[in-house]
Amino acid sequence: MSELINLEAVGRQYKESRAAIARRVIVCGGTGCVANGSLKIFAALKKELEGHNLKVVLELGHDVCGGDVFLSHSGCQGFCQAGPLVTVEPDDYLYVHVKPEDVKDIVEQTLVGNRPVTRLLYKDPATGSAFEKWHDVPFYKRQHREILGDCGNIDPEDIREYIAKGGYEAARRAFTEMKPQQICEEIAASGLRGHGGGGFPTGKKWTLTLAEKSDKKYVICNADEGDPGAFMNRSLMEGNPHRVIEGIMIAARAIEADEAYVYVRAEYPLAVQRIRKALADAEKAGILGKGVFGSRHNILCHVMEGAGAFVCGEETALVASIEGLRGMPRPKPPFPAQSGLWGKPTVINNVETLGTVPLIILEGSHNYRTLGTQGSPGTKTFALTGHVVNTGLIEVPFGSTLREIIFDIGGGVIDKHGKIDPNGFKAVQIGGPSGGCLVEEHLDMPLDFDSIKPTGAIIGSGGLVVMNRDTCMVQVAHFFMRFTQNESCGKCVPCREGTKQMLALLDDIIHGRGTLEKLELLEQLARAVQIGSLCGLGKTAPNPVLSTLRYFRSEYEAHIFQKRCPAGQCKALAVPEILADRCKGCGACLRKCPVGAITGEKKSPHRIDPKVCIKCGTCAQACKFNAIVGV
Amino acid sequence: MGNTQTTEPTDGLRKFEKVCQIIDKYNRDPSKLIPILQEVQHEYRYLPEQVQSYIATSLGLSSARVFGVASFYAHFALEPKGRYVIHVCDGTACHVKGSDGLKEALFDLLKLSDSKKTTNDMLFTLETVSCLGACGLAPVMTINDEVHGQMTPAKAVELVKAIMEREQGK
Repeated sequence: MSELINLEAVGRQYKESRAAIARRVIVCGGTGCVANGSLKIFAALKKELEGHNLKVVLELGHDVCGGDVFLSHSGCQGFCQAGPLVTVEPDDYLYVHVKPEDVKDIVEQTLVGNRPVTRLLYKDPATGSAFEKWHDVPFYKRQHREILGDCGNIDPEDIREYIAKGGYEAARRAFTEMKPQQICEEIAASGLRGHGGGGFPTGKKWTLTLAEKSDKKYVICNADEGDPGAFMNRSLMEGNPHRVIEGIMIAARAIEADEAYVYVRAEYPLAVQRIRKALADAEKAGILGKGVFGSRHNILCHVMEGAGAFVCGEETALVASIEGLRGMPRPKPPFPAQSGLWGKPTVINNVETLGTVPLIILEGSHNYRTLGTQGSPGTKTFALTGHVVNTGLIEVPFGSTLREIIFDIGGGVIDKHGKIDPNGFKAVQIGGPSGGCLVEEHLDMPLDFDSIKPTGAIIGSGGLVVMNRDTCMVQVAHFFMRFTQNESCGKCVPCREGTKQMLALLDDIIHGRGTLEKLELLEQLARAVQIGSLCGLGKTAPNPVLSTLRYFRSEYEAHIFQKRCPAGQCKALAVPEILADRCKGCGACLRKCPVGAITGEKKSPHRIDPKVCIKCGTCAQACKFNAIVGV
Repeated sequence: MGNTQTTEPTDGLRKFEKVCQIIDKYNRDPSKLIPILQEVQHEYRYLPEQVQSYIATSLGLSSARVFGVASFYAHFALEPKGRYVIHVCDGTACHVKGSDGLKEALFDLLKLSDSKKTTNDMLFTLETVSCLGACGLAPVMTINDEVHGQMTPAKAVELVKAIMEREQGK
């Protein structure tokens, strides 16, 4: 048995060494900001600070040594649109779109001069006024970051900081002060429901698994976040991996399991790396492993990387994948609670569900219920993307409305040129390939598991893709159908063949070959696939089609009867053209065209050769005069 | 192991040495087939048929079972890939923000298509992936795992052209 860890002492010691340093600069190290060059900014900051003879501390030591600036990385801070992000504590300044050349000003003005660099602060796009503190920025101000809380504030690679923030205290309680039954009851009382999309009561799942008598049980953390347009799980694993591990530990204690798997998508290399490091650190610290917190319980935790199959998000397929088989679902019952991994009782929970668990154990189920609605307590994270000003990772209580999310937090809808368009909202796609569309009339509906049901959409795992009026809804349906058709595992015929035929029918419609009969056949087939498929993938695959048909039938009809795409997106139905009366002959389009399809003399109207044009739309983006149509 | 390879030149033996190490690392456990294939692919950049058969024999599985798994998961490549693997993200957010334009501009530049994914000189492989989880920066593409966000067709072409020039200069 490794030496027993004293959480309180580790936390106190960390806080003391932290308190000896006046300022902390946090550079966002989430996937989004890294892609935008945040690692270069980190290096530049370090160099610049040292050039000013400031003592830079990169890792807090085990003794109080002091220094001028504590420079660290964080996981995703959420505001990906404005990245790379840099925050300064304790001033709480948030600098957005930081470039390496801005580093000099940050050091000289803020770290030496004690004042904010005004030009780097976030400014309201409408009024132009700057926000000095990060928590005043509308994007953050209207959120309730309970699950994401420390994600973005702490160094995800330092277990001591997690402990200093109260981390692993819930796990300690679960192992030393609570009985499994008690944990299950507490989670059940909180009303926590599966955040991965299913919405199944977590407490019930655990109670059922605890009731099974078996010499071996497993916990699986489902981090196979396959929904296109969703990155909540990635961000939590990158930003606060210990929170997820703590949730896994509590789940294991609750069902009396001693082995756990984290099944992560291989598309998330940074999340894999962070979770592996966090596991190793937790083991080294004596938190994971043998005799957890001095109890007689052991926990062994493995990481398994997925291999690129969306269907593995389905729990029985995920189990098959861990067992080294093709990831194909099997009929339920038996449910994994009875017969899961290697035939043993298994609890499978989503990353976010497990990330919520420590919060409930620490603060009590009653507290957890203060946010959210009666049927869906607590908060939910969403990946807000698409045609919206502020894209990023957000967290709001269940029951918040789309209007709050899109217009207050998201800052409104943008047109194809990236400008705010007050009337631009067309729909929001929620729930990924299993979900559907919500439209104008749903903007004020509370978002929770139950109230969304009648709309034909689902909360799903939390992908919210905002679409402006230039989006073709038939194309959206086609996009999701292509996705599910691709990802269908092929086990059952209605899903394998049905999605293929549905895709072919949608293909006909967007290529101008649609007929009324084909539309009717599409609807019929959609119902058949829904009823006839085995697993969730097939059962929900027709949802995007049915949902777009329900709210945007006229768009389908325009494609079929008038051979016209109302949004001007379907290339087969569009002819690229430069409007001579609007074209100023500036040459911006000509220079940007990647295939050289545009010709014309300076200051006279240009032309597009439709035979050469690949309809990529670059010219229309480059044109300042809206002279290009049909691409 | 080696006995089955006696008719092969010593090169052949050495070829499987690394595979053997990987299989041993996982204690020849058939349930670890996926991580084994992942590591082997990391080594060879794809899963040659011979190697798949070798793994099957070593784990006591049928070749069909190994091929079944290798062909099921999108990450396993059954054909060699180019030196630069470009992934154009086609997740929902990227799609609505114009990832098709990126793909087509690159198809055009590299003379590739949905059925021909690797250039003849084995320099580039272009694939679409369903979601890279960097939706905040849509549209996104990666070149050998390096993420490039907020792309336009012109920027994508520029990036790839820069690589082509660098490679020609070598």
